[in-house]
Parts: sequence; C-alpha cells; structure tokens
Amino acid sequence: MTQHQNHGDHNHGSLKSYVIGFILSIVLTIIPLVLVMNQMMEKTALVITIMVMAILQFVVQLFFFMHIREGEKPRYNVQTLILGLVIVFTIVAGSIWIMMFNKY
Amino acid sequence: MWEDIKEFASTFFVTGDPLIYGADVSIVLTILAIVFVLTKYKKWGWLWREWLTTVDHKRIGIMYLISSLLMLFRGGVDALLMRLQLAFPNLEFLHADHYNAIFTTHGTIMILFMAMPMMFGLFNMVVPLQIGARDVAFPFLNALSFWLFFLGAMLFNLSFVIGGSPDAGWLSYPPLSQNDFSPGPGQNFWIWGIQISGIGSLATGINFIVTILKMRAPGMTLSKMPLFSWSVLSSSIMIIFAFPILTVTIALLFLDRFAGAHFFTMDGGGNPMMYLNLIWMWGHPEVYIVVVPAFGIFSEVVATFSRKRIFGYKSMVWAMMVIAIASFFTWAHHFFTMGTSASVIAFFAISTMVIAIPTGVKVFNWLFTMFRGRISFKQPMLWTIAFIPCFLVGGATGVMLAVAPADYQYHNSYFLIAHFHQVLIGGVVFGYLAGIYYWWPKLFGFKLDEKLGRWGFWFWNIGFYICFMPQYALGFMGMTRRYYTYGWDRGWEDLNLVSTVGAFMMGIGFIFQVWQITYSIKHGERDTTGDPWDARTLEWSIPSPAPFYNFATVPQVKEADDWWATKQAKANGTYKPEPVHLEPIHMPKNSGIPIVMSTFWFLIGFGLTFGWVWMAVIGFIGVAVCMWVRSFQYDTDYYVPVDEVRRTEASLGRVL
Amino acid sequence: MANHHDHSHGHDHHEEHEQLKVLGFWIFVVTDCILFGTLFATYAVMMNSFAGGPTGKELFEMPGIIASTFILLTSSFTSGLAVLAMNKGKVNELIAWLAVTAALGLAFVVLEVNEFTHLVHEGATMATSGYWSSFFTLVGTHGLHVSIGLFWMVGLMMQLKRRGITAVTRRKITNLSLYWHFLDVVWIFLFTVVYLMGVM
Repeated sequence: MTQHQNHGDHNHGSLKSYVIGFILSIVLTIIPLVLVMNQMMEKTALVITIMVMAILQFVVQLFFFMHIREGEKPRYNVQTLILGLVIVFTIVAGSIWIMMFNKY
Repeated sequence: MWEDIKEFASTFFVTGDPLIYGADVSIVLTILAIVFVLTKYKKWGWLWREWLTTVDHKRIGIMYLISSLLMLFRGGVDALLMRLQLAFPNLEFLHADHYNAIFTTHGTIMILFMAMPMMFGLFNMVVPLQIGARDVAFPFLNALSFWLFFLGAMLFNLSFVIGGSPDAGWLSYPPLSQNDFSPGPGQNFWIWGIQISGIGSLATGINFIVTILKMRAPGMTLSKMPLFSWSVLSSSIMIIFAFPILTVTIALLFLDRFAGAHFFTMDGGGNPMMYLNLIWMWGHPEVYIVVVPAFGIFSEVVATFSRKRIFGYKSMVWAMMVIAIASFFTWAHHFFTMGTSASVIAFFAISTMVIAIPTGVKVFNWLFTMFRGRISFKQPMLWTIAFIPCFLVGGATGVMLAVAPADYQYHNSYFLIAHFHQVLIGGVVFGYLAGIYYWWPKLFGFKLDEKLGRWGFWFWNIGFYICFMPQYALGFMGMTRRYYTYGWDRGWEDLNLVSTVGAFMMGIGFIFQVWQITYSIKHGERDTTGDPWDARTLEWSIPSPAPFYNFATVPQVKEADDWWATKQAKANGTYKPEPVHLEPIHMPKNSGIPIVMSTFWFLIGFGLTFGWVWMAVIGFIGVAVCMWVRSFQYDTDYYVPVDEVRRTEASLGRVL
Repeated sequence: MANHHDHSHGHDHHEEHEQLKVLGFWIFVVTDCILFGTLFATYAVMMNSFAGGPTGKELFEMPGIIASTFILLTSSFTSGLAVLAMNKGKVNELIAWLAVTAALGLAFVVLEVNEFTHLVHEGATMATSGYWSSFFTLVGTHGLHVSIGLFWMVGLMMQLKRRGITAVTRRKITNLSLYWHFLDVVWIFLFTVVYLMGVM
C-alpha cells in the first residue's frame, strides 16, 4: 500500500501552515478574552469586535487547517459551504428580526 | 397481575371506536396473510436477499413507490372520512377528537410519508439511469435512508392502533402540542416518526447531490444534463439546508415535552411563536422540495411527447436554482397574522411574490415547447397538460395570499385549504403520476394500461375541481379550517356537499389506478425496445427493465438529449458506433445493516414515545453497534465478471 | 484483504470513490452547520428569557471555560499534525497524534460535564427557564458531537493498527480531521456568543 505515500505533499498543507494557523487562533482567542474580562470597550462595539474576531478565526481555520484553497476543481465543497453560511446567517438574523417584536 | 395487564392494555391500545377495531382486525389479518404466503411459498430467503438487504437504487426506488402508494391510500381514506363528516351540517359521524386526529394524520402522511417517498422513489428509479451511472454515490446510505423512512412511517402509523394518534395539526403548533393540552403518546409518535424518517431524507439529499455532481457519464457536462436531474439537484440542495432545521425544531419540542424545557411553553420564558418561526423555515422550502422534481418531470414529458427539444433549457435551470435559493427567504408569510413589525411583513410579502417570476418562466417554457410540436396524448402527457391550468390557478391564489393585508382575511380559511391543495395535488401529485406513468416501463418492463388510466385521469381531474373550487368560496363565506362540524344557519351546506362528491370522485380515480396496475401486470403492453415513448435521454438507451448494473458500458455523452441525437444519427446513417469494450463492473454488496439499524431507531422512537428510557437506551446502543460494525467492514464491494454481463445483456435481447 | 486491489481498475475505482465520500462528508458537515445555526438562532432569541431565574453572568465560571477553549483549540491543531503524519506515511506517528487529540477531547468533555454539574447544583437546569433550556441544548449538542468524535477516533485507531494507511483509512482520517476542525470552529462561536457575551 505504499503507492499512496507520494499523494499528500501537494494537497494537505504543511507543518508550517498548521503552526501559523494555531498561533493566529490563539491570538484571536486571547484578544477578545482580554477585551471582555477587562470591559475595555462600550458594549455594542465590544460585541461587534468579538464577533469579528470569531469570524476571523473561522477564516483562519478554514485556510490553514481545512485547506479550503486546495483540492480539485470545481470546488463544490466551497460552493456548498458558502450557500450554507448564507442560510445560517438567514436563520439567525431572520429569527432575531422576526422575534424582536414578540418579546413579552 | 391480570388486572395490571388489563389496565396497561386499555391505555396502550386505542379502544372504544368501531372504526379502530375494524382497522385492528384488518391489520392483523393482513400480517397473517403476508406471513402465510411467504412461508407457504418459501419466500423468506428471497425477500431478505433480494429486497430487504438490497442496495440497488432501482429496487429501493420500487420499495419507496410501493410504500408511498400505501400511504396515499391511508391519507386518502383520512381525507374521505373528513369530507364525509363535513358533507352535512351537524353530522355525528366523527367525534371532534377523532376528527382532529384525522386531519393531523392526513396532512402529515400526505406530505412526509406520501409525497416525500414518492419523490425519493422517482429520484432512485431515474437519476442514475438518466446520468449514465451504475448506482448512486453511496448505495449503502441509500438503503439506510429508505429503511429510516419506512420505519419512521410505520412508527407514525402505529399511533392509529397503539397509544392514540397525534391531534394537534400537521405541524403541531405549541401550546396545543405541549403536555398541558396533548398529554399521552400521540404527539410523541408524531415527533419520532418524522424525526427518524427526516434523518433518512437528509441522507438522501446528500447522496443525490454527490451522485449528480460527481457520477455523470463522461461528456455529460452540467449544461447537457437532463432537466429532471437538474430538478433533483435543486430539490436536494433544499433538503440539505432545510431538514436540519426540522430536526432541531422538533427535537426542541420533544425536550419541552420530555425534559420540561421552556422553548415553546407559555411560561418560563418560552415562546410558542419561535416554533412557528422555526418550523416554517423548514416548511416553506419543504413544499418546494416536493414540487420542483415535478417540474423536472414535466420538462422531460413535454419534450418527449411534443417530440421537440425543451424550450429555454437554460432559463429552466436558472428558474429551478432561483426557486431553490429564494425558498429560504419567504417563510414568514405562513404567519403574517402572528403579529410582527410592518417591515417584516412587507419583506416577506414581496419575497413571496418574487417566486412567481421563475415559476411563470417555467410555465411559458412548457407551453412554448408544446407550441408547434407533434403532441401525442399518452398518459404522462395528459397529466402534464392537466397540471398547467391547475397549477396556474393555484399559483395565482398563492399570490393573492401573499398580499399581506388581504391575508388577514383569508388566513386559515378554506381559501387557503383550496390553494395549497391545488398546488400540491395539481403540481406534486399530477407531476409524480406523470413521472410514474412515464418511467414505469423502464422499471417493470411493461406499460400501464391506457384505457383504465384514462378513466382514472378523468375521475381525478373532474373530481379535483368539484372538490376544491367550492372551498375557495367557502373560505370567502367565513368557513375556517379544522372545523369538525357546522350549523345549518351558516349557509355552507350546499358547497360542502359538492366538495365531498368531488373528493369521492378522486377516490374512484385512485381505485381505477390500482385496478390499472394489477391489470397491467398481466395484460400491460410489454416493452421490448427499451424505448417505448421514443424518448430523448440516456435511460431509454438500455433495455427495460434495466439490468442490475444499469449500463453494460458507460455511455459517452456528446450533447444534450444524447439518446435522441444518437437515434437521429442512426436514421441519417451518420452514426458511428463506438467499439464495445466490456470491463468487469464494480458493484456494492448487499447489506443487512440498514434494516437492522433502522429497527433500532424504531426502538428509540417507540421507547421515547412512551417514556420508556430503557428501550431507547437499547436502541441507541444498537445503532452505535451497527455503525461500529459497518465501519470495520472493508469487504463491501465486488466485480461482475465480463461473461456475466454478456449473458445478462443477451438475455435482454442485446448482443454485445 | 483486497485481492481486487491487484486488479488494474480496482485501485482507480477505490481512489475515486473515496473522493466521493470526502465530498459527501463535507456536505454533511455543512448540514451540521445549519443544525448549529438553528440552535444559535434559538439561543439568540432566548438570550434574555431568564424568567426570574439565574443568569449566565451569575453562574459561569470562566477559568474552566477558558481552559476547555484552549484544550479544544490545541486538539484541533494536533488532529492536523495527525494528518501530516499520515501524509508522510507514518502509521505509528499518526496513531500517536490521534491519541493525543483524543486525550484532549476527553479532557474537554470532562470539563464540560463538570461545568454542567456545577450549574445544576447552582439551580440552573433544562427546566429553569427558556435561557437555560437553550443554553444546555446548544452547548450539550456540541459536547455530544465531541463525544461521538471520540468513539470514532478510537475505532479509527484500531483500524489503522490493523490495516495501516490505505485509500480507505486515509479517507476516514481526512473526514475525521475535518469533523474535528469543524467542532473547534463551532466552539469558537459558542465561546464568543454564549460565554463572552454572557459575562459581558
């Protein structure tokens, strides 16, 4: 079964990319943690900042851990993911929007 | 001891209604008859090897089809019972509770256990053949999907004789569906029947997306793919995004009932409106999930029976994809009257109306395909032609409902009932029937009898209008849905009686169709050519019924409607046959794990329905063991040798 | 095993088919995103439905949460290292990294169980209020996913021991690491939305 071994070099990332991803993730976790624990910003700004950090970390993992850029084309997996994220956004934002008027 | 058993049985089994006792007896008799026949003719082994453990998409498709026809029967009987009860004012044919249970099971069964499996049946029977594949991408998963659906459906139907039926409407809105108002197992049957079959539906969605994207015959680019396969892709995309929402929503409802959670309760910070919001995020895509494949069927049928290429292929694809995405942005129109801000209502009213545009494009394309075509009015085409005016009216009343201010008048009236039956029967049922008549010869090797089919067709169609047109008027006259009876003073009696007559005409149409199938098994016209309709796509290039490996050699596709082009080339004498090079065919092995694992899921559902946690635990362990065993199986496929392929083809009249 | 691997076409078929399964699994992960999205939506709507009961701010103990966050993040990294070892064809290294990942995952689950026990002792249960219902469901569903992943990991380690790195085990490890990264991503949002916003 050794014929598979030459397979991995070109499409599964390298140690370097994992280490970069790991470091970036740690940084992007620590920043919001420090901001929140020390109440360093006004509330709305804080919520937006930590959400942006979370999304950034998601992007980092997507590129450095899940190797979204690699793999054969057409990239059906990326297309599915993008569509899925649009729908997740719709579910969350839509629910909040519709239910905002139903709090009692 | 004996007293205990008696007491248990009196709550466990549904008692007290002669209709139910009749059903009990007929169920027991049917089971005994099946067991007797299987034992007498020594068919148990055959049943297990050829059907229960099969991973062949065609056989799975046939099993879906049979189950869905049985469910159509049950849902149809529910409908007729309701119409009988409403035929005259102040009738005491059904009690209020019984009526509530029946409209609940009618709706749930027709959408989830009739339309969905019939659709999956068509997916399975057609898609791999149409794209030139040997099977679906994941045959084992496909079998698992079927058995999850089947056992989910059985669990749901069991509520009829054990424990009591759900009776909180087909979508089980809280607070009515909560413990306070629906104690007892009925509502849990609803939750677990749908939950289990829903997992199967999700898996089917994934399976067909991968099949269509990755397993098309060489040369068949997406822009040359037949429209039915496109419609399946569109529908599957909606399935994978919509069904997880359903899974979560009814799981939360179950947590409310089982664990005392406060998602949709009236107290403890719960909010029943959130349930409406979530369930319709699934529910609206769901209706497009079932109707879009019907659009695909009409596109195939219209092109074949008009003997023309489909008009506006690209706009058809575009329209189906737009419908798939847009379906996720309209859900709130199902509860305009719930009370929310004007901007929410305006947004969802407009997004709903926008859907009419791609749908309109499709209708025009079908009409233009027929225009100046040489139309032959065979059964599939009849249903297609009947569909167009029916769906048009249903769509137009849909736009009326989308006008939010007016919706405050129509909401939950019989106007709404008439609207959605018109799109679901006129669109989905007519479409699937057209598809069944069209592809039947490919699966079974014979056509369904034309004459009996026409009787069925006319009874269905005339019956449909007699049944549902009066309901629009009844809606305007103030009759709302789910009334179990009404008084003489309302002035509704004439139209209700007419409506009931129409419903029974549809029932007669169904009986003609059952007769047609049984008659045609013996007397139906045999299909010896493999291409009985002179059709256009790849599935008609192979013999009927299709051999288990589908294609002896994988077809090389050069253009859209490739089989038509091949036939034209043969007629012109310009056809250059490719050299046939047979290779061993790679096939999946049968497996008993899907049915066993689904049975454990059934135990989970049954246990949690009655609150018997021990039984659910056994079920969960069983499911885990099945998955573990499957993960350790590596010997899951085999090769069909060239000789066997050659022999099979020869027996079907093809020389290679 | 696999005498049909010797067949000239067998290998291609397998390799191709394993690719299909990776795509299929990826789509499954996207549907799981929708599942968590729906739970997040419910949580967002229920965010202030305390019904007079305790709030998250009163009960969350951040040290444990922060520890589990870094544990899961590290395990996501080590599952990546496992894939690297697989690409180099080193079975033992691969199994070792999987074992590290599984140990970290187990630590995460244990911390979560501790947290839930603590919350229940403080009087916050599923039945306390809409907020706590949605909290336990959202966080618990994630924990359940991690636990299932642990079983899967153990099963795969056994298969690797028995069969080494083949087209099939390679695909399984690829899917497993995808699943594991995905669970880490979900946790990032859980950490942000539930805990950080909860104690703000």
